[in-house]
Amino acid sequence: MKKFLLSLILLGLIFSLFTFYGCKSGEEKKVELLGAGATFPQPLYNKWFDIYYTKTGSKVKVNYQGIGSGGGIQQLMERVVDFGATDAFMSDEELKNALAEIIHIPTALGAVVITYNLPENPKLKFSGELIADIFMGKITKWNDSRIKELNPDINLPDLDITVAHRSDGSGTTYVFSDYLTKVSITWKNEMGTGKSLDWKVGLGGKGNAGVAGIVQQTVGAIGYVELIYSEQNNMQYGLIKNKKGNFIEPNLNSISKAASVAIPKDTRVSIVNTDNPEGYPISSFTWIIVYKEQNYGGRDIDRAKALVKLLKWINSEAQDYNEQLLYAKIPDNVKKINEENINSITFSGKPIE
Amino acid sequence: MRKDRAFKIILLLLGLLIIILLSGIFLSLVFSSIPSIKEFGINFLFSKTWSPVNNKFGALPFIIGTLLTATLSLLISIPFSLSISIFLSEILKNKFISKIFQTFVELIAGIPSVIVGLWGLFILAPVIRNIQTKIGVQPIGVGIFTASIILSIMIIPYSASIGKEVISMVPNEVKEGAISLGATEFETLKIVTLPFSFKGIFAGFLLSFGRAFGETMAVTMVIGNANRVPVSIFSPGQTMASLIANEFTEATTKLYTSSLIQIGLILFVISMLINILGRLIIRRFTF
Repeated sequence: MKKFLLSLILLGLIFSLFTFYGCKSGEEKKVELLGAGATFPQPLYNKWFDIYYTKTGSKVKVNYQGIGSGGGIQQLMERVVDFGATDAFMSDEELKNALAEIIHIPTALGAVVITYNLPENPKLKFSGELIADIFMGKITKWNDSRIKELNPDINLPDLDITVAHRSDGSGTTYVFSDYLTKVSITWKNEMGTGKSLDWKVGLGGKGNAGVAGIVQQTVGAIGYVELIYSEQNNMQYGLIKNKKGNFIEPNLNSISKAASVAIPKDTRVSIVNTDNPEGYPISSFTWIIVYKEQNYGGRDIDRAKALVKLLKWINSEAQDYNEQLLYAKIPDNVKKINEENINSITFSGKPIE
Repeated sequence: MRKDRAFKIILLLLGLLIIILLSGIFLSLVFSSIPSIKEFGINFLFSKTWSPVNNKFGALPFIIGTLLTATLSLLISIPFSLSISIFLSEILKNKFISKIFQTFVELIAGIPSVIVGLWGLFILAPVIRNIQTKIGVQPIGVGIFTASIILSIMIIPYSASIGKEVISMVPNEVKEGAISLGATEFETLKIVTLPFSFKGIFAGFLLSFGRAFGETMAVTMVIGNANRVPVSIFSPGQTMASLIANEFTEATTKLYTSSLIQIGLILFVISMLINILGRLIIRRFTF
């Protein structure tokens, strides 16, 4: 009995230690901003916020949790975070359900690449229709005439194609299916666009790592992953024919180029199948979302100011860190729109200095 | 005396808390499933479509996937767990060595399932792939069969240790009776020990079946995660638990979330039934 009581007391002590620890950071006068959402930009955001913390002399700490785009949107809607982050922009319906106006700020660009595992590791060329038919199971062999047609110089093996797709709901699947919906009518009718799809063939892998794992382990497999992921794991990826008919290699330059087109003021636009002749066709923005009016839920002006400052920094200096982490920079035309949008943020109706 | 009473009351309250918790989980599952139950009704159990894009959901592929992997894994595990329990209780007379063996068997149950899953993905899947290449099936490595093998490894400790307990509960007099009639060790086992402990062994299998039913992480890693009704044991598939693990975080629409929770409800109810049945049989199992 004594032992039991003793352990209870010990347990209590441990818990209170944790709580004290939590309180301590609040005591000193500094701002801690909360963000949550997409996992895709998480490595970049972590790096940014780390640098920002040092840069502000340990005054502004940003706590970002990669819980997924859907979670990011939900947490912003419920007003439990200062900003959300998402790989898919909010739909009109979602915006209508929000308590107040929300603005979207693109922070970086990513791309989805087609990766595969074939003997001799050839560099292949694909068109959108071809990718759609492969991932719907309409083309089942690597030596199919339609693959040969685009890759006449490559000796393609008589091998079954194993399709690898994401099993978890994901922004990557969203961007990938968004592109295929735009380039293939059959895809549009049979599969559609979404974070999870009703796949007719193939294997599902959890996360980029899961898909990459299936592709790396299975000869004859084809899958789609984030560019960063294929780069880090030295996976072969294909060139994709864009709208203007050029076969484009996915790299930071061609991804940025994809966004160098006319972008609407609210930045809620899909840049897949871009009109830019040098743009990689399966590129996408990732966004930070915030409320336009910052006086809500008992927030004070300091918090709002800190947030706006952070956003301005993200839209300018922070962009220089993107490329080392293999995220493409926001092109100048989009930076300009971001600047206007950030300047439109208010506190009690007044613009924030 | 008063202290005694207070102690009893505290224990009672804590005990009640568990009952409330369990019913609470059940009720919240039911409550959150209502939108999906309203929309799809009983058809939810029989529809093969799982299409988040069109907001149409049906649980059949996952119910089949779960039943198939759990049953297969049980079948694979039976020879092993039965042999282990007989070996530990009847053959190995040295109590100390038997204890060491048992500890190792039980340690298997302590391996975090994600590690079993990793092992399955990187060690077992390539082996299965080689087998598939030899027998002319598309060599994908992962799928229902791989998941079943992984599951069987994870459930062996459960049925083996229950089996060992019930076999050692067979009274010595009965066994001695058989031996004095001239039965060999094997015959004693066959005629007396096993029939005597059959119910208990069966209950052990049932409980390990329940365990296989709900296992999530390891299965998710090796089953291939295809939301279709499997056409062969080498097909990729999906279980109810792995589906929830895969899709819940990004399930954005209300109906989507609700359908996933309803899958959880089905899983909860079936697992409960299996567990209750197993326990009832064990309780009835008295000499």
